[in-house]
Amino acid sequence: MNDTVLQYLLAAVVVLPLLGAVGALLPPPPGLRGKSPDQAVLRHGVTVSGVVLALSIALAAGFDHDHPAKMQASTDISWIPALGIRIHLGIDGISLPLLVLTALLTFLCAVYSYFKMPAGPSPKAFVALILVLESGTLATFAVLDLILFFLAFELVLIPMYFLIARWGGEGREKSALRFILYTLLGSVVMLLGLLLIGIKAGTFDMVALATDNGSHLSHTTQLIAALAIGLGLAVKAPMWPLHSWLPDAHTSAPTVGSVLLAGVLLKMGTYGFVRILLPITPEATRTYAPYLAAFAVIGIIYGSLACLALARQGTGGDLKRLIAYSSVGHMGFVLLGIATLTPTGVNGALFANIAHGLITGLLFFLVGSLKDRYGSTDLDRLAGQTGAALYGRAPRLGGLLAFGAVASLGLPGLAGFWGEMLAMFGAFKPAVGLHRGAYLTFTAIAAFGTLLTAAYLLVVVRRVCMGERSTAEATEPVLADVQTYEFAAWTPLVALTVIAGLWPALLLGLTDPAVRTLLGGS
Amino acid sequence: MGTLVQSVDWIAIAPPVIAAALALIVLVADLFVSEARKPLLGWLTVGGLVLAGLSLIPLLDHDRSTFCLTTAGGDCSYVADHFTLVIQLLVIGGALLTALLSIHIMDELPAGEYWFLLLSSASGAALLPASRDLATLIIALEVASLPAFALVGIKRGDRLSSEAALKFFLSSVAATAVTLLGVSFLYAATGTLHLTALAHGLTGVDPQLATLAKAGAALTIVGFAFKLAVAPFHFWVPDTYTGAPLPIAAYLSVVGKAAGFSGLILITVVALKPYADVWGPAVAVLAALTMTVGNAAALRQRPDASRSAVRLLAWSSIGQAGYLLVPVAAAAYAGTDEIGTTIAYALMYGAVNLGAFAVVALVARSAPDNRLTDYRGLYARRPLAALSMAFFLLCLAGLPPGIIGLFAKVAVFSSAVHAGLGWLAVIMALNVVVALVYYLRWTALLFAKPEGAEAPAPAVTLPQPSAGGGPPPDFAGSTPTGEARGRTSASLRSPTSLTAAIALSAVLGIALSGAPQLVLRFASGGLL
Repeated sequence: MNDTVLQYLLAAVVVLPLLGAVGALLPPPPGLRGKSPDQAVLRHGVTVSGVVLALSIALAAGFDHDHPAKMQASTDISWIPALGIRIHLGIDGISLPLLVLTALLTFLCAVYSYFKMPAGPSPKAFVALILVLESGTLATFAVLDLILFFLAFELVLIPMYFLIARWGGEGREKSALRFILYTLLGSVVMLLGLLLIGIKAGTFDMVALATDNGSHLSHTTQLIAALAIGLGLAVKAPMWPLHSWLPDAHTSAPTVGSVLLAGVLLKMGTYGFVRILLPITPEATRTYAPYLAAFAVIGIIYGSLACLALARQGTGGDLKRLIAYSSVGHMGFVLLGIATLTPTGVNGALFANIAHGLITGLLFFLVGSLKDRYGSTDLDRLAGQTGAALYGRAPRLGGLLAFGAVASLGLPGLAGFWGEMLAMFGAFKPAVGLHRGAYLTFTAIAAFGTLLTAAYLLVVVRRVCMGERSTAEATEPVLADVQTYEFAAWTPLVALTVIAGLWPALLLGLTDPAVRTLLGGS
Repeated sequence: MGTLVQSVDWIAIAPPVIAAALALIVLVADLFVSEARKPLLGWLTVGGLVLAGLSLIPLLDHDRSTFCLTTAGGDCSYVADHFTLVIQLLVIGGALLTALLSIHIMDELPAGEYWFLLLSSASGAALLPASRDLATLIIALEVASLPAFALVGIKRGDRLSSEAALKFFLSSVAATAVTLLGVSFLYAATGTLHLTALAHGLTGVDPQLATLAKAGAALTIVGFAFKLAVAPFHFWVPDTYTGAPLPIAAYLSVVGKAAGFSGLILITVVALKPYADVWGPAVAVLAALTMTVGNAAALRQRPDASRSAVRLLAWSSIGQAGYLLVPVAAAAYAGTDEIGTTIAYALMYGAVNLGAFAVVALVARSAPDNRLTDYRGLYARRPLAALSMAFFLLCLAGLPPGIIGLFAKVAVFSSAVHAGLGWLAVIMALNVVVALVYYLRWTALLFAKPEGAEAPAPAVTLPQPSAGGGPPPDFAGSTPTGEARGRTSASLRSPTSLTAAIALSAVLGIALSGAPQLVLRFASGGLL
């Protein structure tokens, strides 16, 4: 496929969800009315996100896999000359997988909600918000202009706020406000850093800035800008100790909200680290890398310990909250990989990004369906004295949950393994100029973290999947096993988890050349 | 030495003159028009303002100046450059939207006086950015302010309205007195009133008079700070806005502010240029103070208090005034071009703030108490009005989908960073986050379930409140809303003028969001 077609494909992938969102608010045209207005609009959501997914797969197919380091499908149009802002779109091996992941997860969420609309106001607004969210996320991964990146970063805030505040569970309005305030505070600080870079370097173009490799920026400028940008991205990622919005947001969000929040929104933060900080402010990144790594491993340990505490019997831990905390740990591995500043580590980080999107997306789907069946995600209420015995009562659901858990703990052969392994491998031998001893310590702590991760996930599997079935069958409500639509929504995630685990070269082949270019050919 | 008679370029001064002439025509026409035909006066005003707006077009091609001294130097008192034209566009556009907001409440107010006062004030505000000497500047400021006092107090027999007018009047008169004192000091020190000559004179001022000149500069700025409602001179704003008729509050929040900051820009950036090292930090501190005070107070508004909607907009307008000042402060460090960002921001702010007031006016028809809680569930009742309101509020907050609001803020941040005012940028960043809380609360309220539908039961099973029916049975504790419902049915149709005002603002906001360059090009400078 030639580049012009790719160009239009990429632009369509970003713009189509926005148009779809407007379309969702309008009354459906005759012939597409469906059984009821609600059904029609939900179907509209599935159609639009399906088309976007198809287009993004076409984009991936047309992508020149021999030159993943090169920006492809580039569009570069002047938009606001007064501020030097250009509509610059393009994808390379780093952004392409994230783009496809976003399109896939949104489509699966749309399919899931077609059959299982979360309780709340009309689905019209729900579909529109999901599509705006999709557009913002896709744009974040596709734009190559710093201010446009900021715009895309902000575009997801309002939709996510309303998804949580309107369709969420207990304490939703408070959690939603907390989510948006934390993230906005982070992103306005990030904006200041972006502006500083733009004003000092004279351009907001990420490609030009990455080519310069920070040579036009003084050391002080780099330090200030990288700190400001890093703070904003760290809130989004989230990095310990800036994560405190995440557990509440996840606990209150509806299932699809959680899936998208963990699956793609968090990736915007780590993607920013790789796309902006590594190439544009290399000197500052080198200065901050050990601190980032330290915070990352604290996050790993902190997340795992929080999960262990939640998984214990009698603490009334919430399963959704537990998975949210596990995200803090997993994103810790991603940040550790980035902080090594080596191709190995950064590749690991990007791999772990995708893996986390697939696996945690799946886990949130599973927990959501558990909530639908039990009416609660309180682990103690689920498990009772001996365990929820999901294997016995709903064997397929139990099996999937166990699969998700072992994938999440990084079992070799599944997607979760490679990212964390490579991140630790990178930390074992960090880039030249970074203190090896410190990084060895970080590696050791992170390795200990994997043990803790395994511990809590196995506890969860034991308490939810195993256990004695109560002898009096009649007292136990019948539990529906996995429904067809649930299979439809989950199978792609399971399949990709296995494929990525068995054939990591599929992803690493894309990211590696691009990462090497970003790190300045080292 | 040539003739002393100054030639007048009538085309250059057309915008304020058309407004002023129209004011007189309306006042006289009011005597001859029968009671039934009074609404015509409103549409006459609208038409005249459109005409005044159109008269800006011939001025676009090159800068004009008139009322010039015929002696050496040739300083002019009236200059129609790009700065003037943009502010005049803002003023005339603002007055036009205000007129559209007012037409439907004319049966409660004396029409002739109202339109006369509004047009006179607009004429003064349009003259202000063109003035290039201190005397004209003060006269323009007073022409803009004096009718505004009367407009605030025009609701006869309304205690709040008179109190508001009195507060506004006293603080404004004090401000003018202070400004005049400052002007006289400046004149004493330099011997000229023309702004450019003043800047020239201040560089070589007699050391003995330096203190006088500095005191004069400070006092003049303080006077304008009052008009712009910069903290700590902001206390009159909330009471004045809540007491005034709604369209006048809207007018003051946009046109009043435009007059205030264009005067401030002329004084600081043009006349007091040599003292940039003095007023630069001062304006920066005032900006930080203003936005913090405004946003903090807006955050503390109780949503169920009477008139809380207007009060919130009043405090938020103080916060926004703080953002408007940031580029002025930056101009002291990074050059005159920065003030273009203020103008760009003001254009955005003018469009969306008037839009927000228009929706408030619409809601006020069915809920005259105008509490924030009256907006609960607006989307269910008036989906388009609610969507526009959400858009306006998010523009003010600076979050997508209010893209123009976001970019206007980016431009302001950018000018602060460019000028090296990092601390101010950080304070503004915190303020943007604080402001989001109250804007978002209001936005969320628009889409919340209407009162009475709190139960988690699906909405379809609830009996739909019929349009003509009385309050639903479960409304025991909330009679005002019940009454409001009843009145909604009586006046469900929104007046054309109000719809037009909302639509105009929304279209402007959306068009600007698609092509922010339309206003942001001013941010790249070249205005003064």
